[in-house]
Amino acid sequence: MTVHEVLPIDREFTPRLALRKRLGTLFGILSALAIIIGLTTLGLLIADVVRDGWHVLSWDFLTSYPSRRPEQAGIRSALVGTFYILILVAIIAFPLGVAAAIYLEEFAPRNRLTAIIEVNISNLAAVPSIVYGLLGVGVFVRTFMLGRSLIAGALTLSLLVLPIIIIASREALRAVPPSIREAGLALGASHWQTVRHFVLPAALPGILTGTILALARAIGETAPLITIGALTYVAFTPKSLFDPFTVLPIQIFNWISRPQAAFHERAAGGIIVLLAVLLLFNGLAIFLRARLQRRIRF
Amino acid sequence: MTTEPFLAPVTTPAERREWILRLLTGTQRVDRIRRLRESIILSLLFLSALISVATTIGIIYTLSIETFHFFQRVSLIDFLTDTQWTPLFTEKHFGIWPLLTATLLVSAIAMLVALPLGLLAAIGLSEYASPRLASIVKPILEILAGVPTVVYGYFALLFVTPLLKRFIPQLEVFNALSAGLVMGIMILPLVASLSEDAMRAVPQSLREGAYALGATKLEVVWRVVVPSSLSGIVAAFILAISRAIGETMIVAIAMGQVPRLTLNPLVAMETMTAYIVQVSLGDTPHGSLEYQTIFAVGTTLFLITMVLNLLSYRFLQRFREVYE
Repeated sequence: MTVHEVLPIDREFTPRLALRKRLGTLFGILSALAIIIGLTTLGLLIADVVRDGWHVLSWDFLTSYPSRRPEQAGIRSALVGTFYILILVAIIAFPLGVAAAIYLEEFAPRNRLTAIIEVNISNLAAVPSIVYGLLGVGVFVRTFMLGRSLIAGALTLSLLVLPIIIIASREALRAVPPSIREAGLALGASHWQTVRHFVLPAALPGILTGTILALARAIGETAPLITIGALTYVAFTPKSLFDPFTVLPIQIFNWISRPQAAFHERAAGGIIVLLAVLLLFNGLAIFLRARLQRRIRF
Repeated sequence: MTTEPFLAPVTTPAERREWILRLLTGTQRVDRIRRLRESIILSLLFLSALISVATTIGIIYTLSIETFHFFQRVSLIDFLTDTQWTPLFTEKHFGIWPLLTATLLVSAIAMLVALPLGLLAAIGLSEYASPRLASIVKPILEILAGVPTVVYGYFALLFVTPLLKRFIPQLEVFNALSAGLVMGIMILPLVASLSEDAMRAVPQSLREGAYALGATKLEVVWRVVVPSSLSGIVAAFILAISRAIGETMIVAIAMGQVPRLTLNPLVAMETMTAYIVQVSLGDTPHGSLEYQTIFAVGTTLFLITMVLNLLSYRFLQRFREVYE
């Protein structure tokens, strides 16, 4: 890049410095405005939901099953379903995601197959969630004949969050300095031992943070579970992996799509609970990152 | 794995010889077991990485089988040229255009919000705000990206639409405008975050060089920082479009389920994703034409977003190559 390309010297040089500086400040104000619009919307959204749903929150709301009468309807089955889905997705997706990340970051040879896997993961991370729902219907519900069950939902959501866990874990592994690996190898440890005992512990805070955020994504998802046929009206809690289920977002969606305003208030109440759970998760992620990072220093 | 004590109670040379021999053979055995164990671990790791490939194959397989069945009963020409989409009525039409137009319209509205605001926010965070301020504001902004989409649907239907109706009386209860606006706010942090990453990767020396030549802040931003990080910004923009096209819950809740071919953002329409939701909520038997339509629509959706995702990936790789 030459000087003439960067600055309009010679041809159209305008020395009106005060004006140019003022334009810069103006632009700074514009960009601050963009951020403020985003933050204001967030504030409005939370205020709106809290205003609509605050008064339905009660112990009964949390422990009652959904009902045709809005004043009795609660989120018990949805809350339990969300909890089960959360546990199952964590059990399925966490080990697979971390293992894939370790392979790609520490062991994978630089060849065509590795390149394909990498492009593939970055594409999968951006595939619309509803497409995962169609995959779930085709593979888990029909081919594996799991039906509209808890396990079919958990497997579908696990595939959905797997790319997110892999990408976050890879970033955490990449942040571990090479000197740690060299030290391990120099002490006579094998490649795997180095990864297992030196690199992985050092990367763990990042991996856990990424996983928790991925799980937060899983419990907020609605579309893929609707597609695999999670029921919108469930007045029981699932007893086994093969039982039908519902989750919080689906219960909320069900209430929003009804015409009565009383159900909309229930939906707002459900949203407050859902947001509180997500806030808890994000807090946990921040806490874990701060806590574990203090222990390991380079 | 237990390790031998390094200083064994050795007294005589014979005992010493025996101990060393034992240690060596033992090490060899441990070595063999270790190597076997580690090759098993390595294959397990490799298999986990292959699951992502299997997922893609699974998606393509599921979509193409049902889509194949669909096109045995409906011609591809009709699918691409018919202007009506009425598979759930008695007189069936299978033209994708009403769904596709609705999808593109709501995405366009969302992009009118998300792209300029996202880019401005990125410039603000990367070039104007102090690192301290940016480190506080950025996570708060990213909460927007973590809010479940069903919540945005609620917000669009029960807050934004009534609000807009005060200014636009002919606005219908379900419409593309408020769905698009809310979707734009939802995607804003994605654009801001990825663009900011790209701008941070621009070496400080480039900025200082421009300042040394007498450039002002605005000139540095627009003539140095933005052009230098352009491929990263473009990648963020493309990814944002892909997100908007695949977004489901906002449009399913706030935009309606009326498949009609129009560009009027004030009336109800149905996007591709909303149609899939609508059919999934009903009890459509496996193998029926209605069941197959959602896979044909899903295939269209998957193809469009995949092209966008790969394009974005290409741009991102290019920007990485420049400054690493």
